[in-house]
Amino acid sequence: MSLADGPAVEARDLRKTYVTARGEVPAVRGVDLDVPHGEFFGLLGPNGAGKSTTIGMLTTLTVPSAGVARIAGADVVRDPVAAKLRIGVASQNNTLDRQLTVAENLEFRGRFFGMRGRQARARAAEMLDMFGLTARSRAMVYELSGGQVRRLMVARALMHAPPVLVLDEPTAGIDPQARFNLWQVLRRLHAEGQTLVLTTHHLEEAEELCERVAIIDHGRVLICDSVPGLLDVTGQPDLENVFLELTGREYRE
Amino acid sequence: MSTLTTHEPARGVLRSRPGRTLTALAARDVLLLRRDVSTFVTRTVMQPLLFVFVFAYVLPTIEGGRSVFSAAGTSFATILVPGLLGTAMILSGIMAVTMPLIFELSYNREIEDRLLAPMRVELLALEKILWGAAQALLAALIVFPAVYFVHAPGQAPQVHVAGWPMFVTVFVFTGLLSSSVGLYLGTLVDVRKINMMFAMITVPVTMLGCVYYPWESLAPIPWLQYAVLVNPLVYASEGLRASLTPALPHMPPYVFLTVLVGGSVLFGLLAVRSFTRRVLA
Repeated sequence: MSLADGPAVEARDLRKTYVTARGEVPAVRGVDLDVPHGEFFGLLGPNGAGKSTTIGMLTTLTVPSAGVARIAGADVVRDPVAAKLRIGVASQNNTLDRQLTVAENLEFRGRFFGMRGRQARARAAEMLDMFGLTARSRAMVYELSGGQVRRLMVARALMHAPPVLVLDEPTAGIDPQARFNLWQVLRRLHAEGQTLVLTTHHLEEAEELCERVAIIDHGRVLICDSVPGLLDVTGQPDLENVFLELTGREYRE
Repeated sequence: MSTLTTHEPARGVLRSRPGRTLTALAARDVLLLRRDVSTFVTRTVMQPLLFVFVFAYVLPTIEGGRSVFSAAGTSFATILVPGLLGTAMILSGIMAVTMPLIFELSYNREIEDRLLAPMRVELLALEKILWGAAQALLAALIVFPAVYFVHAPGQAPQVHVAGWPMFVTVFVFTGLLSSSVGLYLGTLVDVRKINMMFAMITVPVTMLGCVYYPWESLAPIPWLQYAVLVNPLVYASEGLRASLTPALPHMPPYVFLTVLVGGSVLFGLLAVRSFTRRVLA
């Protein structure tokens, strides 16, 4: 199957119910998504809305209770290995290998994806340069600043040049300069035709970067459109008001 | 100016190469071991070295050449060689898998770095078992010179390989059993309970693993003789005893071989299933 067949990301009635001591807890209650190749897509929602669970299912790390998800045509349940080859993931948590240096984190990711040593080193050097991390290549992960960690996680996700890049809260907890810097890189990736799926709490980030946005709450997609489309449909002046109108204004844990 | 998205490696993006992925995972493990080899050697050798120093050299020397404990006319040093090798293997195999896994599964879930590698999750579990077994075998090689050469004058351990096929089987499956148990424990134990795990598992396993006496010599305490049969170290010690010091009493080979091989398969399957369930939310 060619990568161009079908959407880059596709979800049909995707569901996840966790079975806990207190009974069944539905986290995602039937999500449908279609992200065409080359789109910068945003997934917005308050805490506990089901964003991370949805991302977990799309990236093979969470097994869906029901429904179907495909990454560039690869079914995440039936063929998780093919899905992993097609996706790069920068998780919300710092999942970098703490026992390796910055460069080794990139090189081993490349080798996990079948690159030979020399090829992995060359690609890693290129990524370090692109993300402004060359001077830190021999540093251990725990020596990095928050912004450097985020950049390294995106660089690592791009090591095997995946058709789809998924970023879960990529700018959480970093300063405005680091955020601006990362935005520049993401814009450039988008301009080069990379498909990007981003979850964020920052409405400004979604407005700045995303071509289309889905607002998700209580495990369902409430609305999905371009930002001007959302404003038009809801009659709100900005994305923040759209968000608050749809998800409520009460305090969330 | 080069691009971030299109690059030479992308040509291979649709091909899964599990062999190369496994090799890369093993290369990472070897790199980390090489980087911290002094810790590994010290941790592995210190306890058995001091044990033979005190019980096979100091005490017999103080006692004027009499062995602290002996069986079938052999020195305590002879009894200790298979027991301490078994201990080093079982503990190293368990720790080599359990400790990293507990940390990979805690806090930031660093395990995701390896879970995203393009291979089945079961293969990742298998790699951990094989690497743990390799560390157990390495531990035995490191410990052997210490327990063989440290003894009181005239009390050298009488060690020879009784039969290579049985010795290799015991050696390999002791490693595999320990790392399978280690992987299973690692999927069950919470990072906050590590200290309790040490107290509840490593100490009883070592003290009641027929390390310092053959299993047969427990006959005067029948309840204990049967109670210790739940301990995998008993079969490792007895298997190594039958292989390296056959003059000493030991279990019949079909018993320890059945448990070491069957236990490796059983715990291997349990561990892979438990690992897959734990890591895929």
